[in-house]
Amino acid sequence: MKINQAYLKRILFILSLWPILSITIDIFQDNLGANPVEFIERHFGKWTLIFLCLTLSMTPLRRLTKISWWILYRRMLGLFVFFYASIHLLCYIGLDYHFAWNAIKNDIIKHRYVLVGFLAWLLLIPLALTSSKRMIQKLKTNWKKLHKIIYLIAILGVLHFLWLVKKDITEPLIFAAIISLLFVLRIKFSKSKNH
Amino acid sequence: MLKKQKLSLIHPSEITPENIYRERREFIKNLTVGISSTALLTISNKSISAINTLPNFNQSKKNNNEKISSLKDITSYNNYYEFGTSKSDPSKYANKLKTDPWSISIEGELEKSITLSIDNLIKIAPLEERIYRLRCVEGWSMVIPWIGIPLNALLKKVLPNNNAKFVEFVSLKRPSEMIGQKDDILDWPYTEGLRIDEAMHPLAILAVGLYGKVLPNQNGAPVRLVVPWKYGFKSIKAITKINLVEKMPITTWMKANPKEYGFYANVNPEVDHPRWSQASERRVGESLLAPRLKTRMFNDYAEEVGSMYQNIDLKKYF
Repeated sequence: MKINQAYLKRILFILSLWPILSITIDIFQDNLGANPVEFIERHFGKWTLIFLCLTLSMTPLRRLTKISWWILYRRMLGLFVFFYASIHLLCYIGLDYHFAWNAIKNDIIKHRYVLVGFLAWLLLIPLALTSSKRMIQKLKTNWKKLHKIIYLIAILGVLHFLWLVKKDITEPLIFAAIISLLFVLRIKFSKSKNH
Repeated sequence: MLKKQKLSLIHPSEITPENIYRERREFIKNLTVGISSTALLTISNKSISAINTLPNFNQSKKNNNEKISSLKDITSYNNYYEFGTSKSDPSKYANKLKTDPWSISIEGELEKSITLSIDNLIKIAPLEERIYRLRCVEGWSMVIPWIGIPLNALLKKVLPNNNAKFVEFVSLKRPSEMIGQKDDILDWPYTEGLRIDEAMHPLAILAVGLYGKVLPNQNGAPVRLVVPWKYGFKSIKAITKINLVEKMPITTWMKANPKEYGFYANVNPEVDHPRWSQASERRVGESLLAPRLKTRMFNDYAEEVGSMYQNIDLKKYF
Protein backbone atom coordinates (compact mmCIF):
# COMPACT_ATOMS: atom_id res chain seq x y z
CA MET A 1 0.00 0.00 0.00
CA LYS A 2 2.80 2.39 0.90
CA ILE A 3 4.61 1.80 -2.37
CA ASN A 4 1.41 2.46 -4.24
CA GLN A 5 1.09 5.80 -2.51
CA ALA A 6 4.55 6.83 -3.58
CA TYR A 7 3.78 5.88 -7.17
CA LEU A 8 0.44 7.65 -7.10
CA LYS A 9 2.12 10.74 -5.79
CA ARG A 10 4.62 10.67 -8.61
CA ILE A 11 1.87 10.23 -11.17
CA LEU A 12 -0.07 13.08 -9.61
CA PHE A 13 3.07 15.23 -9.71
CA ILE A 14 3.50 14.58 -13.42
CA LEU A 15 -0.19 15.19 -14.09
CA SER A 16 0.08 18.46 -12.21
CA LEU A 17 2.57 19.66 -14.80
CA TRP A 18 -0.12 19.47 -17.46
CA PRO A 19 -0.67 23.27 -17.57
CA ILE A 20 3.00 23.70 -18.51
CA LEU A 21 2.84 21.01 -21.17
CA SER A 22 -0.44 22.24 -22.67
CA ILE A 23 0.75 25.85 -22.96
CA THR A 24 4.00 24.66 -24.51
CA ILE A 25 2.03 22.77 -27.15
CA ASP A 26 -0.12 25.85 -27.73
CA ILE A 27 2.96 28.03 -28.16
CA PHE A 28 4.53 25.68 -30.68
CA GLN A 29 1.30 25.20 -32.61
CA ASP A 30 0.70 28.94 -32.66
CA ASN A 31 -2.59 28.47 -30.83
CA LEU A 32 -2.36 31.47 -28.57
CA GLY A 33 -4.61 33.63 -30.71
CA ALA A 34 -4.44 37.34 -31.34
CA ASN A 35 -3.42 38.30 -27.82
CA PRO A 36 -0.85 35.71 -26.72
CA VAL A 37 0.21 37.47 -23.53
CA GLU A 38 -3.35 37.68 -22.25
CA PHE A 39 -3.87 34.04 -23.24
CA ILE A 40 -0.89 32.86 -21.17
CA GLU A 41 -1.77 35.07 -18.20
CA ARG A 42 -5.33 33.73 -18.15
CA HIS A 43 -4.12 30.17 -18.60
CA PHE A 44 -1.96 30.22 -15.48
CA GLY A 45 -4.50 32.30 -13.56
CA LYS A 46 -7.20 29.71 -14.14
CA TRP A 47 -4.92 26.81 -13.31
CA THR A 48 -3.95 28.51 -10.06
CA LEU A 49 -7.62 28.62 -9.10
CA ILE A 50 -8.14 25.02 -10.18
CA PHE A 51 -5.24 23.83 -8.00
CA LEU A 52 -6.57 25.93 -5.15
CA CYS A 53 -9.91 24.12 -5.43
CA LEU A 54 -8.12 20.74 -5.61
CA THR A 55 -6.06 21.56 -2.52
CA LEU A 56 -9.11 22.63 -0.58
CA SER A 57 -11.01 19.50 -1.55
CA MET A 58 -8.52 17.01 -0.04
CA THR A 59 -9.77 17.35 3.55
CA PRO A 60 -13.47 17.13 2.63
CA LEU A 61 -12.68 14.13 0.42
CA ARG A 62 -10.97 12.41 3.32
CA ARG A 63 -14.03 12.91 5.48
CA LEU A 64 -16.50 11.97 2.77
CA THR A 65 -14.73 8.82 1.62
CA LYS A 66 -13.31 7.97 5.03
CA ILE A 67 -10.03 7.28 3.23
CA SER A 68 -7.15 9.08 4.87
CA TRP A 69 -4.56 9.14 2.11
CA TRP A 70 -6.09 12.10 0.29
CA ILE A 71 -4.34 14.25 2.80
CA LEU A 72 -0.95 13.01 1.59
CA TYR A 73 -1.41 14.99 -1.62
CA ARG A 74 -2.56 18.19 -0.02
CA ARG A 75 0.86 19.72 0.49
CA MET A 76 2.00 18.95 -3.04
CA LEU A 77 -1.16 20.41 -4.56
CA GLY A 78 -0.83 23.44 -2.32
CA LEU A 79 2.71 24.00 -3.52
CA PHE A 80 1.45 23.79 -7.09
CA VAL A 81 -0.98 26.61 -6.24
CA PHE A 82 2.01 28.72 -5.24
CA PHE A 83 3.95 27.55 -8.29
CA TYR A 84 1.25 28.49 -10.80
CA ALA A 85 0.36 31.71 -9.00
CA SER A 86 4.03 32.69 -9.23
CA ILE A 87 4.18 31.91 -12.96
CA HIS A 88 0.96 33.88 -13.42
CA LEU A 89 2.50 36.85 -11.59
CA LEU A 90 5.77 36.52 -13.51
CA CYS A 91 3.87 36.57 -16.81
CA TYR A 92 2.17 39.78 -15.71
CA ILE A 93 5.38 41.43 -14.54
CA GLY A 94 7.69 40.16 -17.27
CA LEU A 95 5.69 39.34 -20.39
CA ASP A 96 2.96 41.93 -20.02
CA TYR A 97 4.79 44.83 -18.37
CA HIS A 98 8.41 44.08 -19.26
CA PHE A 99 9.46 44.78 -15.67
CA ALA A 100 8.29 48.40 -15.85
CA TRP A 101 8.13 48.61 -12.06
CA ASN A 102 6.58 52.03 -11.89
CA ALA A 103 3.72 51.08 -14.18
CA ILE A 104 3.26 47.84 -12.24
CA LYS A 105 3.20 49.67 -8.92
CA ASN A 106 0.53 52.05 -10.26
CA ASP A 107 -1.49 49.17 -11.62
CA ILE A 108 -1.45 47.42 -8.26
CA ILE A 109 -2.39 50.53 -6.29
CA LYS A 110 -5.07 51.79 -8.63
CA HIS A 111 -6.91 48.65 -9.64
CA ARG A 112 -8.58 46.54 -7.04
CA TYR A 113 -8.50 43.33 -9.04
CA VAL A 114 -4.73 43.58 -9.37
CA LEU A 115 -4.39 44.48 -5.71
CA VAL A 116 -6.33 41.48 -4.37
CA GLY A 117 -4.51 39.16 -6.75
CA PHE A 118 -1.16 40.45 -5.57
CA LEU A 119 -2.25 40.18 -1.92
CA ALA A 120 -3.30 36.59 -2.48
CA TRP A 121 0.12 35.78 -3.88
CA LEU A 122 1.88 37.51 -0.97
CA LEU A 123 -0.19 35.47 1.49
CA LEU A 124 0.80 32.26 -0.28
CA ILE A 125 4.48 32.88 0.53
CA PRO A 126 4.36 32.10 4.28
CA LEU A 127 2.28 29.01 3.54
CA ALA A 128 4.81 27.74 1.01
CA LEU A 129 7.71 28.51 3.35
CA THR A 130 6.14 26.59 6.24
CA SER A 131 5.03 23.59 4.23
CA SER A 132 7.91 21.31 5.19
CA LYS A 133 7.55 18.58 7.80
CA ARG A 134 10.12 20.32 9.94
CA MET A 135 8.14 23.54 9.96
CA ILE A 136 4.95 21.69 10.80
CA GLN A 137 6.63 20.14 13.84
CA LYS A 138 8.25 23.40 14.82
CA LEU A 139 5.10 25.51 14.63
CA LYS A 140 2.81 22.87 16.18
CA THR A 141 -0.68 24.32 16.73
CA ASN A 142 0.33 27.62 15.22
CA TRP A 143 0.85 25.86 11.91
CA LYS A 144 -2.84 25.05 11.66
CA LYS A 145 -3.76 28.59 12.53
CA LEU A 146 -1.35 30.01 9.97
CA HIS A 147 -2.56 27.75 7.21
CA LYS A 148 -6.15 28.85 7.72
CA ILE A 149 -5.06 31.84 5.61
CA ILE A 150 -5.77 29.60 2.61
CA TYR A 151 -9.47 30.44 3.01
CA LEU A 152 -8.72 34.12 2.73
CA ILE A 153 -6.47 33.43 -0.25
CA ALA A 154 -9.28 31.52 -1.96
CA ILE A 155 -11.68 34.43 -1.48
CA LEU A 156 -9.11 36.93 -2.77
CA GLY A 157 -8.35 34.70 -5.75
CA VAL A 158 -11.99 34.52 -6.78
CA LEU A 159 -12.43 38.28 -6.25
CA HIS A 160 -9.36 38.84 -8.43
CA PHE A 161 -11.09 36.99 -11.28
CA LEU A 162 -14.55 38.46 -10.59
CA TRP A 163 -13.34 42.06 -10.63
CA LEU A 164 -11.35 41.55 -13.79
CA VAL A 165 -14.33 40.39 -15.84
CA LYS A 166 -16.24 43.11 -17.66
CA LYS A 167 -19.72 41.69 -17.66
CA ASP A 168 -20.06 37.95 -18.07
CA ILE A 169 -19.23 36.65 -14.60
CA THR A 170 -20.11 33.00 -15.26
CA GLU A 171 -16.59 31.63 -14.91
CA PRO A 172 -15.68 33.46 -11.70
CA LEU A 173 -19.04 32.40 -10.27
CA ILE A 174 -18.27 28.74 -11.00
CA PHE A 175 -15.08 29.04 -8.95
CA ALA A 176 -16.98 30.93 -6.26
CA ALA A 177 -19.59 28.15 -6.13
CA ILE A 178 -16.99 25.37 -5.87
CA ILE A 179 -15.08 27.16 -3.13
CA SER A 180 -18.28 27.96 -1.23
CA LEU A 181 -19.29 24.31 -1.40
CA LEU A 182 -15.90 23.27 -0.04
CA PHE A 183 -16.24 25.81 2.77
CA VAL A 184 -19.71 24.54 3.66
CA LEU A 185 -18.45 20.95 3.75
CA ARG A 186 -15.64 21.93 6.09
CA ILE A 187 -17.95 23.78 8.43
CA LYS A 188 -20.28 20.81 8.45
CA PHE A 189 -17.48 18.39 9.22
CA SER A 190 -15.95 20.52 11.91
CA LYS A 191 -19.36 20.80 13.56
CA SER A 192 -20.04 17.08 13.44
CA LYS A 193 -16.60 16.49 14.92
CA ASN A 194 -17.47 18.62 17.91
CA HIS A 195 -20.66 16.68 18.63
CA MET B 1 -9.04 71.73 -41.75
CA LEU B 2 -9.55 68.88 -44.18
CA LYS B 3 -5.88 68.68 -45.02
CA LYS B 4 -5.10 68.32 -41.35
CA GLN B 5 -7.55 65.50 -40.98
CA LYS B 6 -5.90 63.51 -43.66
CA LEU B 7 -2.58 63.62 -41.92
CA SER B 8 -3.47 60.74 -39.66
CA LEU B 9 -4.81 58.55 -42.40
CA ILE B 10 -1.97 56.20 -43.06
CA HIS B 11 -1.49 55.57 -46.72
CA PRO B 12 -2.02 51.83 -47.29
CA SER B 13 1.05 51.30 -49.42
CA GLU B 14 3.16 52.75 -46.67
CA ILE B 15 2.28 50.03 -44.23
CA THR B 16 1.22 46.96 -46.10
CA PRO B 17 4.02 45.03 -47.73
CA GLU B 18 3.91 45.72 -51.45
CA ASN B 19 3.14 42.16 -52.56
CA ILE B 20 0.26 41.75 -50.13
CA TYR B 21 -1.07 45.14 -51.09
CA ARG B 22 -1.07 44.18 -54.78
CA GLU B 23 -2.66 40.85 -54.03
CA ARG B 24 -5.35 42.68 -52.18
CA ARG B 25 -6.02 44.97 -55.11
CA GLU B 26 -6.31 41.87 -57.30
CA PHE B 27 -8.69 40.40 -54.80
CA ILE B 28 -10.92 43.43 -54.92
CA LYS B 29 -11.12 43.16 -58.69
CA ASN B 30 -12.40 39.63 -58.23
CA LEU B 31 -14.80 40.65 -55.53
CA THR B 32 -17.91 40.76 -57.72
CA VAL B 33 -17.85 37.01 -58.15
CA GLY B 34 -17.17 36.35 -54.49
CA ILE B 35 -19.92 38.57 -53.29
CA SER B 36 -22.66 37.32 -55.57
CA SER B 37 -21.83 33.72 -54.72
CA THR B 38 -21.92 34.24 -50.98
CA ALA B 39 -24.90 36.56 -51.33
CA LEU B 40 -23.78 38.38 -48.24
CA LEU B 41 -24.24 41.77 -49.67
CA THR B 42 -24.76 43.00 -53.15
CA ILE B 43 -22.59 45.84 -54.26
CA SER B 44 -22.95 47.05 -57.81
CA ASN B 45 -19.99 47.06 -60.18
CA LYS B 46 -19.85 50.78 -59.83
CA SER B 47 -19.37 50.50 -56.07
CA ILE B 48 -16.64 47.93 -56.52
CA SER B 49 -14.70 50.35 -58.63
CA ALA B 50 -15.29 52.87 -55.90
CA ILE B 51 -13.54 50.54 -53.46
CA ASN B 52 -10.86 49.91 -56.01
CA THR B 53 -9.93 53.50 -56.64
CA LEU B 54 -8.89 54.86 -53.32
CA PRO B 55 -8.90 58.59 -52.85
CA ASN B 56 -5.47 60.14 -52.78
CA PHE B 57 -4.48 60.46 -49.18
CA ASN B 58 -1.74 62.80 -48.18
CA GLN B 59 1.35 61.17 -46.79
CA SER B 60 0.96 60.30 -43.14
CA LYS B 61 3.46 61.13 -40.43
CA LYS B 62 6.85 59.90 -41.58
CA ASN B 63 7.72 58.15 -38.34
CA ASN B 64 4.57 56.12 -38.49
CA ASN B 65 5.56 52.53 -39.06
CA GLU B 66 2.49 50.82 -37.70
CA LYS B 67 1.69 47.43 -39.14
CA ILE B 68 -1.86 46.61 -40.18
CA SER B 69 -3.24 43.79 -38.06
CA SER B 70 -3.74 40.49 -39.86
CA LEU B 71 -7.14 39.60 -41.26
CA LYS B 72 -7.11 36.53 -39.04
CA ASP B 73 -6.63 38.58 -35.87
CA ILE B 74 -9.19 41.18 -36.91
CA THR B 75 -11.78 38.50 -37.62
CA SER B 76 -11.12 36.09 -34.73
CA TYR B 77 -10.57 38.37 -31.73
CA ASN B 78 -13.79 40.30 -31.31
CA ASN B 79 -15.91 41.83 -28.61
CA TYR B 80 -19.44 41.37 -29.90
CA TYR B 81 -21.60 40.19 -27.01
CA GLU B 82 -24.56 39.59 -29.34
CA PHE B 83 -22.74 36.38 -30.26
CA GLY B 84 -21.22 35.53 -26.89
CA THR B 85 -18.83 37.05 -24.40
CA SER B 86 -15.67 35.18 -25.37
CA LYS B 87 -13.39 36.82 -27.93
CA SER B 88 -13.67 33.74 -30.14
CA ASP B 89 -17.49 33.50 -30.00
CA PRO B 90 -18.31 36.05 -32.74
CA SER B 91 -16.16 34.27 -35.33
CA LYS B 92 -17.89 31.00 -34.41
CA TYR B 93 -21.50 32.14 -34.30
CA ALA B 94 -21.88 35.33 -36.34
CA ASN B 95 -22.31 33.44 -39.60
CA LYS B 96 -25.88 32.69 -38.47
CA LEU B 97 -26.84 36.30 -38.93
CA LYS B 98 -28.65 37.16 -42.15
CA THR B 99 -27.52 40.57 -43.31
CA ASP B 100 -29.50 40.59 -46.52
CA PRO B 101 -32.05 42.10 -46.72
CA TRP B 102 -31.14 44.96 -44.40
CA SER B 103 -32.45 48.42 -43.85
CA ILE B 104 -31.35 51.38 -41.79
CA SER B 105 -33.85 54.01 -40.79
CA ILE B 106 -32.72 57.54 -40.12
CA GLU B 107 -35.25 59.45 -38.06
CA GLY B 108 -35.83 61.99 -35.31
CA GLU B 109 -34.92 65.67 -35.50
CA LEU B 110 -34.52 66.01 -39.26
CA GLU B 111 -36.31 67.21 -42.35
CA LYS B 112 -37.45 63.86 -43.62
CA SER B 113 -37.03 60.38 -42.18
CA ILE B 114 -35.66 57.86 -44.62
CA THR B 115 -35.01 54.14 -44.75
CA LEU B 116 -32.02 52.95 -46.71
CA SER B 117 -30.81 49.61 -47.98
CA ILE B 118 -27.08 48.97 -47.88
CA ASP B 119 -27.02 49.44 -51.64
CA ASN B 120 -28.49 52.90 -51.29
CA LEU B 121 -26.32 53.78 -48.34
CA ILE B 122 -23.05 53.21 -50.14
CA LYS B 123 -24.21 55.32 -53.06
CA ILE B 124 -24.34 58.36 -50.83
CA ALA B 125 -20.60 58.91 -51.03
CA PRO B 126 -17.64 57.20 -52.71
CA LEU B 127 -16.33 54.33 -50.64
CA GLU B 128 -12.96 55.01 -49.10
CA GLU B 129 -10.39 52.87 -47.39
CA ARG B 130 -9.46 54.25 -43.98
CA ILE B 131 -6.70 52.68 -41.97
CA TYR B 132 -7.43 53.38 -38.33
CA ARG B 133 -6.12 52.31 -34.98
CA LEU B 134 -8.79 50.65 -32.85
CA ARG B 135 -8.23 50.87 -29.10
CA CYS B 136 -10.37 48.67 -26.86
CA VAL B 137 -11.24 49.83 -23.35
CA GLU B 138 -9.73 46.53 -22.14
CA GLY B 139 -6.25 47.71 -23.09
CA TRP B 140 -5.55 46.13 -26.46
CA SER B 141 -5.45 47.65 -29.91
CA MET B 142 -5.34 46.82 -33.62
CA VAL B 143 -4.82 48.64 -36.91
CA ILE B 144 -7.69 47.99 -39.28
CA PRO B 145 -8.14 48.90 -42.96
CA TRP B 146 -11.83 49.79 -43.05
CA ILE B 147 -13.85 50.61 -46.13
CA GLY B 148 -16.81 52.90 -45.77
CA ILE B 149 -18.33 56.31 -46.20
CA PRO B 150 -18.04 59.33 -43.93
CA LEU B 151 -20.94 59.44 -41.48
CA ASN B 152 -21.34 63.14 -42.18
CA ALA B 153 -22.19 62.41 -45.81
CA LEU B 154 -25.30 60.60 -44.64
CA LEU B 155 -26.16 63.17 -41.98
CA LYS B 156 -25.83 66.08 -44.40
CA LYS B 157 -28.23 64.32 -46.72
CA VAL B 158 -31.03 63.98 -44.16
CA LEU B 159 -30.82 67.64 -43.09
CA PRO B 160 -30.84 67.59 -39.27
CA ASN B 161 -32.80 70.43 -37.67
CA ASN B 162 -31.61 72.68 -34.83
CA ASN B 163 -32.87 70.28 -32.16
CA ALA B 164 -30.54 67.56 -33.35
CA LYS B 165 -27.86 67.78 -30.66
CA PHE B 166 -26.99 64.08 -30.45
CA VAL B 167 -27.08 61.03 -32.67
CA GLU B 168 -28.32 57.75 -31.27
CA PHE B 169 -27.39 54.49 -32.98
CA VAL B 170 -29.36 51.30 -32.47
CA SER B 171 -28.15 47.83 -33.37
CA LEU B 172 -30.14 44.76 -34.31
CA LYS B 173 -32.09 42.67 -31.81
CA ARG B 174 -32.70 39.23 -33.25
CA PRO B 175 -31.99 36.53 -30.63
CA SER B 176 -32.80 33.75 -33.10
CA GLU B 177 -29.68 34.66 -35.05
CA MET B 178 -27.71 36.52 -32.40
CA ILE B 179 -27.40 33.77 -29.86
CA GLY B 180 -25.66 35.90 -27.26
CA GLN B 181 -28.88 37.90 -26.96
CA LYS B 182 -30.52 34.91 -25.31
CA ASP B 183 -28.64 36.01 -22.18
CA ASP B 184 -29.44 39.32 -20.55
CA ILE B 185 -25.77 40.22 -20.31
CA LEU B 186 -26.62 43.64 -21.73
CA ASP B 187 -29.86 45.47 -22.38
CA TRP B 188 -30.56 44.60 -26.03
CA PRO B 189 -30.58 46.08 -28.59
CA TYR B 190 -27.10 47.58 -28.21
CA THR B 191 -27.32 51.35 -28.29
CA GLU B 192 -24.64 53.98 -28.74
CA GLY B 193 -24.45 57.69 -29.26
CA LEU B 194 -22.36 60.64 -30.38
CA ARG B 195 -22.63 64.37 -29.97
CA ILE B 196 -23.69 65.88 -33.29
CA ASP B 197 -20.33 67.56 -33.86
CA GLU B 198 -18.56 64.26 -33.19
CA ALA B 199 -20.87 62.52 -35.65
CA MET B 200 -20.16 65.21 -38.25
CA HIS B 201 -16.40 64.85 -37.81
CA PRO B 202 -14.72 63.64 -41.01
CA LEU B 203 -12.92 60.83 -39.16
CA ALA B 204 -16.21 59.16 -38.17
CA ILE B 205 -17.24 56.62 -40.80
CA LEU B 206 -19.87 54.02 -41.49
CA ALA B 207 -17.88 50.95 -42.50
CA VAL B 208 -19.18 48.27 -44.85
CA GLY B 209 -15.92 46.49 -45.52
CA LEU B 210 -12.43 45.72 -44.33
CA TYR B 211 -9.26 44.46 -45.95
CA GLY B 212 -10.77 45.12 -49.35
CA LYS B 213 -13.67 42.79 -48.68
CA VAL B 214 -17.26 43.00 -47.54
CA LEU B 215 -17.40 43.39 -43.77
CA PRO B 216 -17.40 39.97 -42.07
CA ASN B 217 -20.36 39.37 -39.77
CA GLN B 218 -18.20 39.22 -36.65
CA ASN B 219 -16.94 42.71 -37.40
CA GLY B 220 -20.39 44.23 -37.56
CA ALA B 221 -21.84 43.49 -40.99
CA PRO B 222 -23.53 44.86 -42.91
CA VAL B 223 -22.74 48.31 -41.55
CA ARG B 224 -21.01 49.61 -38.43
CA LEU B 225 -19.79 52.83 -37.00
CA VAL B 226 -16.06 53.54 -36.64
CA VAL B 227 -15.00 56.42 -34.40
CA PRO B 228 -11.26 55.85 -34.06
CA TRP B 229 -10.56 58.35 -31.26
CA LYS B 230 -12.98 56.59 -28.90
CA TYR B 231 -12.80 53.20 -27.20
CA GLY B 232 -13.96 50.37 -29.42
CA PHE B 233 -17.33 49.82 -27.76
CA LYS B 234 -18.52 53.20 -29.13
CA SER B 235 -18.20 51.83 -32.66
CA ILE B 236 -21.56 50.07 -32.74
CA LYS B 237 -22.07 47.15 -35.11
CA ALA B 238 -24.97 45.97 -37.28
CA ILE B 239 -26.75 49.33 -37.23
CA THR B 240 -30.48 49.35 -37.94
CA LYS B 241 -31.47 52.81 -36.74
CA ILE B 242 -29.87 56.23 -36.57
CA ASN B 243 -31.89 58.61 -34.48
CA LEU B 244 -31.21 62.35 -34.29
CA VAL B 245 -32.16 63.49 -30.81
CA GLU B 246 -32.05 66.54 -28.56
CA LYS B 247 -31.01 64.85 -25.31
CA MET B 248 -27.89 62.81 -24.67
CA PRO B 249 -28.83 59.17 -25.28
CA ILE B 250 -28.17 56.61 -22.55
CA THR B 251 -25.92 54.04 -24.14
CA THR B 252 -25.90 50.32 -23.41
CA TRP B 253 -22.66 50.36 -21.42
CA MET B 254 -23.71 53.46 -19.47
CA LYS B 255 -26.81 51.53 -18.44
CA ALA B 256 -24.81 48.42 -17.61
CA ASN B 257 -22.26 50.22 -15.46
CA PRO B 258 -22.52 54.01 -15.21
CA LYS B 259 -19.50 54.28 -12.93
CA GLU B 260 -17.21 52.64 -15.47
CA TYR B 261 -18.55 53.74 -18.83
CA GLY B 262 -19.32 57.30 -19.74
CA PHE B 263 -20.99 58.77 -22.80
CA TYR B 264 -17.80 60.17 -24.31
CA ALA B 265 -15.41 57.21 -23.90
CA ASN B 266 -12.59 59.09 -25.59
CA VAL B 267 -9.29 57.23 -25.55
CA ASN B 268 -7.43 58.95 -22.74
CA PRO B 269 -4.26 57.59 -21.12
CA GLU B 270 -4.68 60.00 -18.21
CA VAL B 271 -8.10 58.82 -17.11
CA ASP B 272 -7.95 55.26 -15.84
CA HIS B 273 -10.80 52.82 -16.09
CA PRO B 274 -11.52 51.41 -12.61
CA ARG B 275 -10.39 47.99 -13.82
CA TRP B 276 -7.74 48.64 -16.38
CA SER B 277 -4.91 51.10 -16.68
CA GLN B 278 -5.39 53.15 -19.82
CA ALA B 279 -1.81 54.40 -19.87
CA SER B 280 -0.61 51.63 -22.15
CA GLU B 281 -1.97 49.03 -24.52
CA ARG B 282 -1.07 45.73 -26.04
CA ARG B 283 -1.02 45.64 -29.84
CA VAL B 284 -2.83 42.53 -30.99
CA GLY B 285 -0.87 40.17 -33.22
CA GLU B 286 2.51 41.18 -31.88
CA SER B 287 4.90 38.53 -30.68
CA LEU B 288 4.83 37.15 -27.19
CA LEU B 289 7.83 39.25 -26.25
CA ALA B 290 6.63 42.56 -27.67
CA PRO B 291 6.36 45.39 -25.14
CA ARG B 292 3.18 47.35 -24.44
CA LEU B 293 2.69 50.56 -26.39
CA LYS B 294 2.02 53.91 -24.80
CA THR B 295 -1.59 54.90 -25.30
CA ARG B 296 -1.93 58.31 -26.95
CA MET B 297 -4.49 60.99 -26.23
CA PHE B 298 -7.58 60.46 -28.41
CA ASN B 299 -5.85 57.36 -29.77
CA ASP B 300 -3.33 59.67 -31.47
CA TYR B 301 -6.04 61.58 -33.31
CA ALA B 302 -5.74 64.55 -30.94
CA GLU B 303 -4.64 66.87 -33.72
CA GLU B 304 -7.87 66.22 -35.57
CA VAL B 305 -10.43 65.88 -32.78
CA GLY B 306 -8.90 67.66 -29.77
CA SER B 307 -10.59 70.97 -30.47
CA MET B 308 -14.03 69.45 -29.89
CA TYR B 309 -13.18 68.83 -26.24
CA GLN B 310 -11.31 71.99 -25.33
CA ASN B 311 -13.96 73.24 -22.96
CA ILE B 312 -14.90 70.11 -21.11
CA ASP B 313 -13.34 68.35 -18.15
CA LEU B 314 -12.36 64.99 -19.59
CA LYS B 315 -11.96 63.49 -16.12
CA LYS B 316 -15.60 64.21 -15.40
CA TYR B 317 -16.91 63.46 -18.86
CA PHE B 318 -15.02 60.21 -19.40
